[in-house]
Amino acid sequence: MFGYYLEIAVRSLRRSMGLTLLMVLAIGFGVGASMTAYAVFRAVSGDPIPWKSSRLFVPQIDAWGPAERGGSGEPQDALAYADAMALMRDHRAARQSAIYAVAPSVLPTDASRTPIPLDGFAVYGEFFPMLDVPFEYGSGWGSGDDARGAPVAVIGDALNRRLFGGANSVGRTVGIDGRGYRVVGVMKPWNPQPAFFDVVDTGGFGGDGPDLFLPFQAAIAAGMENAGSTNCPKGGTPAAPGFAGLQSSACTWIVYMAELDDAAAVRGYRQYLDEYAREQQRLGRFGWSPDNRLRGLRAWLDHEHIVPDDTRVSMLVALGLLLVCLLNTVGLLLTKFLRRSGEIGVRRALGASRSAVCMQFLAEAAVIGMAGGMLGLLLTGFGVLAADQVLPMDLTGLAHVDVSLLLLAVAVAVLATMLAGLYPAIRASRVQPAWQLKTQ
Amino acid sequence: MRLHPILAALRPHKTGVGLIALQIALTLAIVCNATFIIGQRMVRIDRPTGVAEAGLVRISQQWLDAPVGDDAAAVEQLDAMQRTDLAVLGGLPDVQQVAASASMPLQGMIWSGYLTLVPQPTAPNVQAAYYYGDEHLRSTLGLQLVAGRDFTASEIQHRAIRGTAGSSVVIVSQPVADALFPRGGALGKTIYQDGKPATIVGIVRRLQTPTLSAWGSGWSYNSVLEPMRLDGAAASYALRAKPGREQAVMREARKALLAVDPMRLMPDSWGVQPFSEIRAKVYRADRGMALLMGAICLILLCVTAAGIVGLTSFWVGQRRKQIGVRRALGARRIDILRYFQLENLFIAGMGAALGLLLAIGFNFWLMHRYALERLPTAYVLAGMVAMLLLGQAAVFVPARRASRVPPVVATRSV
Repeated sequence: MFGYYLEIAVRSLRRSMGLTLLMVLAIGFGVGASMTAYAVFRAVSGDPIPWKSSRLFVPQIDAWGPAERGGSGEPQDALAYADAMALMRDHRAARQSAIYAVAPSVLPTDASRTPIPLDGFAVYGEFFPMLDVPFEYGSGWGSGDDARGAPVAVIGDALNRRLFGGANSVGRTVGIDGRGYRVVGVMKPWNPQPAFFDVVDTGGFGGDGPDLFLPFQAAIAAGMENAGSTNCPKGGTPAAPGFAGLQSSACTWIVYMAELDDAAAVRGYRQYLDEYAREQQRLGRFGWSPDNRLRGLRAWLDHEHIVPDDTRVSMLVALGLLLVCLLNTVGLLLTKFLRRSGEIGVRRALGASRSAVCMQFLAEAAVIGMAGGMLGLLLTGFGVLAADQVLPMDLTGLAHVDVSLLLLAVAVAVLATMLAGLYPAIRASRVQPAWQLKTQ
Repeated sequence: MRLHPILAALRPHKTGVGLIALQIALTLAIVCNATFIIGQRMVRIDRPTGVAEAGLVRISQQWLDAPVGDDAAAVEQLDAMQRTDLAVLGGLPDVQQVAASASMPLQGMIWSGYLTLVPQPTAPNVQAAYYYGDEHLRSTLGLQLVAGRDFTASEIQHRAIRGTAGSSVVIVSQPVADALFPRGGALGKTIYQDGKPATIVGIVRRLQTPTLSAWGSGWSYNSVLEPMRLDGAAASYALRAKPGREQAVMREARKALLAVDPMRLMPDSWGVQPFSEIRAKVYRADRGMALLMGAICLILLCVTAAGIVGLTSFWVGQRRKQIGVRRALGARRIDILRYFQLENLFIAGMGAALGLLLAIGFNFWLMHRYALERLPTAYVLAGMVAMLLLGQAAVFVPARRASRVPPVVATRSV
């Protein structure tokens, strides 16, 4: 029976080409625009580490006092050196790492001898198991290496290819800023977007992924400067010059991440942060009561506005467009169906039930939805390509068309059109056969 | 013509009328807010930076063989490298002028701090961007000096990037002077930059800060020129090309710098770029948003217009007999045309009235969630008029078809 309905539907659609084309265009553009906006939104709002994000937390300590807060009333989003080191020393979370961005260069051993600039991070050994960093060869380093500030390094896949031709380079030495570091691990290609482990310095998106990780204390000892942002309180620019001056200042430049495995651990860590701040208050370093934050990773990414407002607004506006397109389809389907009141009267008089008439028109709506969906697919493809031309640089290339997006586009088109067709179909099925036959 | 027959005729079509009105309302709400966003982005993109943008080139590079550490010897060596570069660039045939220039408007790299009238940095203050450079910075950027003088060569100091030395003299932008000295007379006064004293020797009319981020939007024209070369592994320069020689300067400069020292990082993407490219990059997102909103508005208007055409055509088809009767009873073509036009005006008017509320509501929500500004009433009113006009344009074709229904239809059965 359904096949028969489809046949009628196609025949009826052919009869009123103009109206059909209008509806297909409306659905197509509505779906195309909203799916394009969704593709961009999906790309930037995804959970970069879904299996673990609920157990990762970012502590914020109010190290500047209430007078230094901006309009948001929030404490700084990074830590001062003294606080980060205290948190690492106390080691209250299951795993934790202080993190800062470095930008050294490496001298390759090949003939070119041209230094390669690197994007790297100084971290603690627990960083790797905490964030499930995938390794091709070797692994991260242990707490002993952290404590000693051992000259070891974890390098990225791309750098390993560049320096060692992609071979297992564990145990080899790389010369970074004039010092030798022993490779202990080579990562598989790893470039989570957003770069959730340090959105403060990376801004979240873009880049080819980290080339290098060094032990925090080794980087400090080598005087490897912070390549990320540094923020200082009004009255607290570093008293002493250089990197050492930064370390003894109240300026914030270190990101921190902790793994807390259950609600009790989270509570305990909150308490610990407050105790720590109270202790600093007793010691006279903080002249205010504790005002700390401990945000889960998802909440932290929200707090840092990782998803650009423009993306959200575009998504909203595109959904509004889809809604208007659907209203439009309701209206056009209504006219299209009721125009055939005579035909409906005949069918009803010949014994078709109301639900049969209803089904017939829903099938017609589904056919339109399908055609609109196909057009929508095409437009989504164009839309994603075009979006790459106009999106901010760091977001280009993130949005992509994949099978799930295609299926979603068609499903949205068909379901939305059928939903739009529901009321007109019911109206059509209510047509009084006697009255229609009489007016014929 | 009286409205009563129109209302009576529309009563059986409540759903269709409601659908068109709702569609018009939503279209109005979205189009108003979208065009408002477009307008705001255009205003943002069109803001002047204060620099003479044509012919300005920024070179940003990093020495890969820079001395390590920040001791005095390393700083001196870095400064010598920078001065060599400046001399070489200044000698190029197509270069009019060159200056050490750590940052540039719109470019993103920013140093900033707090200016006060007393040494305590926590006193009431003015936040401002610091533009580090040498005595040629003001003229190379093409800033308009409205009072005072340029830096002299002897005033130029240099220090490591993380050094603590402060400038003794500064040139401030007019907004900084106005904020610190509302009654005027800023020239010659001493101000404190993060607690360090400096004398204002010049005032430039306008200079936008290097950042467009939200945190700097409250003071986007507060800028200070600092007579200080910053010495680090990376150094940046501003070049003013002779008229029309921008491309040549970029080629020459790259070649000349690599000839001085090939061990430097100066990629195509950010190493040597004309100011026009910096501007295009930084406003790319705004232009993209404006384009997207424009495209959506266009689609919306087309869809809504098409919907009106579709539904009105249907009504015309349904009422052929009644139209015929009216014509037979003496109504002129123009009366039928006017009838449908007035009907549409009535429906579009209802839609626009509802749309007014929706537009304001949508705007409130955007203001609350995404820090958008308040939608000016003019936008909504213009939008309402536009929707009425759109309705009239869309209804014209089916209405004209209705007016051409011959009176003889009345005598036939359908």
